Amino acid sequence: MSDDDEQAKHQGERRNFLRIFGAAVGCSGMAIAAGAGLGEAAAADAPAPKPDIPGYDWTRHRWAFGVDATKCIGCLRCVEACKIENNVPSDAHHFRTWVERYVTLEGEEKARIDSQADPVNIEASGSEGAYRFANRYKDAKVEKAFFVPKLCNHCTHPACVQVCPTGATYKTLDGVVVIDHKYCIGCQYCVQACPYGARYFNEEKGVTDKCTWCYHRITKGLQPACVEVCPVSARIFGDLNDKQSPVSQFIRNNRVSVLRPESGNAPNVFYVGLDKEVI
Amino acid sequence: MEALYHVAPYIGYVYPNETVIPWTVLIVVYPYLTGLVAGAFTVSSLYQVFGMQRFKPVAHLALLTSLCCMLIVPVPLLLHLGHPERAFNAMITPHTSSAFAIFGFAAAFYAILLMLENWFVFRPYIVEQAQRRKGSLGLLYRALSLGSHDLSETAMRYDRKWIFALAVIGIPAAHGLHGYVGFVFGSLKSREWWSSDLMPPIFLFSAIISGTALLIVLYLVSCTLRRKSVDLPCLKGMAYTLWGFMMFTLVLEGVEFASLIYRGREGIDMIMEYVRGPLALPFFALQLGIGSVLPIVLLTFMLWRGTTGNALIGGVATCGLLVLLAVLLMRWNVVIGGQEIAKTGKGLLSYRLHFLGKEGGLVAACVLAAPMVLLFVMTRLFPPWNDEATAA
Repeated sequence: MSDDDEQAKHQGERRNFLRIFGAAVGCSGMAIAAGAGLGEAAAADAPAPKPDIPGYDWTRHRWAFGVDATKCIGCLRCVEACKIENNVPSDAHHFRTWVERYVTLEGEEKARIDSQADPVNIEASGSEGAYRFANRYKDAKVEKAFFVPKLCNHCTHPACVQVCPTGATYKTLDGVVVIDHKYCIGCQYCVQACPYGARYFNEEKGVTDKCTWCYHRITKGLQPACVEVCPVSARIFGDLNDKQSPVSQFIRNNRVSVLRPESGNAPNVFYVGLDKEVI
Repeated sequence: MEALYHVAPYIGYVYPNETVIPWTVLIVVYPYLTGLVAGAFTVSSLYQVFGMQRFKPVAHLALLTSLCCMLIVPVPLLLHLGHPERAFNAMITPHTSSAFAIFGFAAAFYAILLMLENWFVFRPYIVEQAQRRKGSLGLLYRALSLGSHDLSETAMRYDRKWIFALAVIGIPAAHGLHGYVGFVFGSLKSREWWSSDLMPPIFLFSAIISGTALLIVLYLVSCTLRRKSVDLPCLKGMAYTLWGFMMFTLVLEGVEFASLIYRGREGIDMIMEYVRGPLALPFFALQLGIGSVLPIVLLTFMLWRGTTGNALIGGVATCGLLVLLAVLLMRWNVVIGGQEIAKTGKGLLSYRLHFLGKEGGLVAACVLAAPMVLLFVMTRLFPPWNDEATAA
C-alpha cells in the first residue's frame, strides 16, 4: 500500500471514529442523567420504615438540639457520658460528640483550635479513655477563648443519607438521622460525605456510627445523655412541635446560627455564641 | 495482630473523627482498575466499532484485558467493606439517591456485556477446541461453546453483528461506568479537593490513557515472550491514541486545578500549603513531570521525527510505563490527597501506607497484579493473538 493510500485510509478511519465517538459520548451522558433523575424520584417515594417502640408515635415529634457555646466550660462530661451511654470506643479518635476549644492569643490573628484528639490533651488526660483539656495556655496572654460542643447536626438534607448505597442510614419522621447497624455494609461513603466530621467507623463492629441524639432515650421521654449531664445547660434538647419545649424557647429567644449553612444540608443543631472561625 | 485502626498524624486542626482515614490504598486501586477496563475497551472499540484495521493485532487482547480487570474490580471494594457479606444489600435494596448504589448494577451490566462480547469474539476458537480436545479442557471448551458449534458463514456473520452491537453499547457503558467513578468523588461537597464538576471527565480521560498504556506494555511484552515481531503501525496507532487522549487529560486536570486555586474558597490556604508541601513530589514531580510531560514530549518527538523500529518500540514502551505510573499516582493524589486535606480547612493529615494488613500495601499490590495473572491464564485458554485466533 502506498503512503497516500494509507493516509487516506487513516483519515477515513478518523472521521468515522469521531462520528461514532460523539454519538457514544452523547448516549452515555443521557444515560447518566436519566439514571440520576430516576434515583431522585424513587428516593422521594420510598416508604419510611416504622420503629418498633411501644407507646411512641414518631409522627408527633420534631426533635432539635441547641448549643449555647457561651455557657460551655469545656468540662467534657458530655463526651464521657456519650461514650458510656452509647458504647463509643473509648479512645481519642472515635466520637459521637466532642468539644472544641478556640483560643486567640494576644498579637495573633487566628484562633488556636484543639480538641480531644490533640496529643497534648491526651497526655493531660492520662489516657485516651479519659477526656481533659490540658491547661496549655496558663502562661500565655489569652485575648479570647471559648468552647464549642459538636455533634451530628441531623440535617434536614443529610449528605450522609443521600450517599448511603443501601439505605442503612436514614432520616426518621421525627427528624433524627440514624443507622441500621445490621444493614450497614461499612463502605464509609457517609463518613466522607459528612462535612462536619460527625461520623466515624467502628472498626470492631465493621459499621459506621454517629450521634443519634440518644434515640433510645428520647423516644422514652428522656433527654440525650450529653444534655442530661451538662452542668451549665449549654446543651438544650427538645421537640419543635412543642412551642414551650426548651429548644423551641432557645431558638425563639436567641439569634441562632448553624454550622456551614452553605453546604445546603440544613443542620438541626442551633448554636448561640459562635465566632467567625468556628467550622 | 493487626491494629484495628491507624491514626494519621496531623498538623493544624482536624476533626477528631478525621484522624482515622476512611478510604485507604484499596480505594486507590479500585478506580485504577476500573480505568484500565474502560481504557482497554476503548482500544478494542477502535477496531471493533470504528474499523481501524491497524488495531487488529491488539483488539482481542484488549477485550480480554478489559474482562480480566473487570473481574477483579469488585475485589478491592469487598476487601475494604466492614461487612463484605452484606455487599449485595446495595443491589437488593439499592438506595437510589446514592451515587454508589447504582454502581453495582452498572458494573454488573458491563461485566455481562464484556463476557458476552468475549464469548462471541472467541467462539470460533472455543468451538474448534471443543471439537478437537479431550479430557477436562475439552469439557471446559464444550461447556463454554454452549452447545453452539455452528461456524458457517451465516453464523459468523450473525456473530459479527453481535460483536459490533455489543461493542457499540460497550462504549457508553465502559465510559459511563468510569465517568461514574469520577462522579462518586466529584459529587461530594464535603471535600474541596474532590468537589468538582470536572472530576468525571478527568477520571474518564485518564482511564482511557491508562488502558491504552497498559495495552502498549502488554502487547510489547507478549511479542517479546512469543518471539513475534511488533506490528509497528499498530504500535504507532496506540501511541497516537495515547498522545491525543493525554492532551485532553492534561488540559482537564490543569483547568480543574486552576479553577480550585482561582476560586480560592474557604480552606484554600491549607490546600496551597498541601500543594506546596506533601503534594509537591507525588503530584508535580512524579504525576505531572515524569508521568505526563515527559511521555508527551517523548511521544511528540517520536511522532514528529517519524521514529520507527526499535527506537519507537523502546520509546513507546517507556511512555506506556510512565503513563501507567502517572495514572496510578493521579488516583492516589485524588483519593488519598482528598482525605489528607482536613474537612475543617484548617489542618492536614498524613496517610501512612502500611505494608501488611487487610488494607496494606501488600494486599493492594496483589490486587493490582491479580488481573495480570488472570490475563496470563486467559491467554492460554483463549489466545487473543491475531496470528492464531480465528479472525472475528
